[in-house]
Amino acid sequence: MEETLKIIVLVKHVPDAQLDRHLNGADYTTDRAESILSELDEYALEAALQLTEAQGGKGAGHQVIALSMGPAGAANAIKKSLQIGATEGVHLKDDALAGSDAAATSLALAATVRYLSAGSPVDLILTGMASTDGETSLVPAQLAERLGLPQVTFASELEISAGRITARRDSDTHYDTIEAPLPAVVSVTDQINEPRFPNFKGIIAAKRKTIITLSLADIGVNPAEVGLSGSWTAVQNAEPRPPRTAGTIITDEGDAGIQLVDFLAAQKLL
Amino acid sequence: MANVLVFIDNQSPTLKKSSLELLTIARTLGEPVAAFNGEFNDDVAAALSSYGVTAVYRPGSADLDDYLVAPKAAYLAEAVAATGAGTVLIENSSDGKEIAARLGIKLGAGVVTDVVGVEADGGAHKSVLAGSYKTVCRATTPVSILTVKANSVTPEPAPTATTPESVTIEVPAAATANAARITGRSNKATSGRPDLLDARIVVAGGRGVDGDFGPVEELADALGAAVGASRAATDAGWISHDAQVGQTGKTVSPELYISAGISGAVQQKAGMQTAKVIVAINNDAESPVFEIADFGIVGDLFEVLPQATAEIKKRKG
Repeated sequence: MEETLKIIVLVKHVPDAQLDRHLNGADYTTDRAESILSELDEYALEAALQLTEAQGGKGAGHQVIALSMGPAGAANAIKKSLQIGATEGVHLKDDALAGSDAAATSLALAATVRYLSAGSPVDLILTGMASTDGETSLVPAQLAERLGLPQVTFASELEISAGRITARRDSDTHYDTIEAPLPAVVSVTDQINEPRFPNFKGIIAAKRKTIITLSLADIGVNPAEVGLSGSWTAVQNAEPRPPRTAGTIITDEGDAGIQLVDFLAAQKLL
Repeated sequence: MANVLVFIDNQSPTLKKSSLELLTIARTLGEPVAAFNGEFNDDVAAALSSYGVTAVYRPGSADLDDYLVAPKAAYLAEAVAATGAGTVLIENSSDGKEIAARLGIKLGAGVVTDVVGVEADGGAHKSVLAGSYKTVCRATTPVSILTVKANSVTPEPAPTATTPESVTIEVPAAATANAARITGRSNKATSGRPDLLDARIVVAGGRGVDGDFGPVEELADALGAAVGASRAATDAGWISHDAQVGQTGKTVSPELYISAGISGAVQQKAGMQTAKVIVAINNDAESPVFEIADFGIVGDLFEVLPQATAEIKKRKG
């Protein structure tokens, strides 16, 4: 059975976690000046590409749609996804979206998925295990709830067959096998694969792929339902954590292990 | 007083410490009622009573554990409706957060995750951007849902025990119809060491252990500690991914974190910088970990750790 797959991969443009990150303004929203494609989303994109390659690959007409919601800069995350191998890009961009929390984000994304399902149904929505900025891990579950779909989260292996998805999920004490009917929302961990880098051919090919830009009006969402006004949570106060000050640093001259135990004893930690 | 609904998903014969912590917090916010799932016995009933629970709600069907989160969220939505609770407290595990997420949409309620403290007025304290900011957040909706991290408070029984009433909540049949189902489970071998998330002390190794976790594990055992690792060490396959501390692994806040052979890049720091005391051993004096260490040793971990282990054993007799 070779059916064409239509997979949406949610990609997010996030502040580079290797640099200092900041909250801005009276609403304490995230400063997105120096942003990149969220590293954890690369695993979701790779999983989508591997699923389509396992079912006939490029010639088979599968769709891997990189969808990002965010300001102008989010187009960079989509471009990178197209270079890596996504077949098309969709950018949900609207000034009214700024400051959306997980609930408002999931509302806008659910409306976008419905919009993209109009011609042919979506089989799978893939996400990373968390964003590396908000880190709440709420959006995949909320998107699934809004669309009335099953969710399979933290998949470390993934297979599609006969309209069902089978995943492996690890916890500290056991491994589970999870099954769900398609369509489904699936998040993958950083253990599932080794994401590929864009190669020269991919970078050239990406120039011919289009990014569709959608506004809230296009997807039929009232601006009051999203952004700060449509959010169900608010950040009331935020202050930078005082940096930890370095303590005593010694160089081992043969008795550092003993000095370590002395330090622990003095701190009453033995 | 308003009802505060605590979700207790009990998978063992006794209540987890984190469940007792949620009940302790609930009492500071209103009248604690429990929505229970899982193993219920006399010990569990006694614990709920001593923590001041006034009503225990239990699901009418027993198969909620055969599915991922969705039916549990449907059950909780019914429980919130039955209790009229204004606040829902759930543990901050990955399942807990997803249950909260789905419940939030069902109820039109805001969800705050990773909470470490709750004000009487509902303001929730949490750290964001990998611990670099401390914030106060709140749900702006009639019902607020908070997922609370373990070790946020010390569990304390109520001044007077209660005799909770017992209520059965019917779970809507549709809740399991389109849910992801657990069709197989195999258990992993256990180490006998404390759980990484609950441990008082964590000893962690990184690239510097070069494939040999022996000295790290021996020091951990001498201290009764859990063993952690950096992503470099788990990616190299030297230790199970479960041990990973950091942005894509676990976030720990132990009383003592001993970091051995870990440079302390952002990815690792995100998972451990809220530890009360940090000790670092690394042979590179320029490692960023020394910027946050309370006690740092520039030296060879294969010399320092065994010496410390032997000294601890000697002092403990």
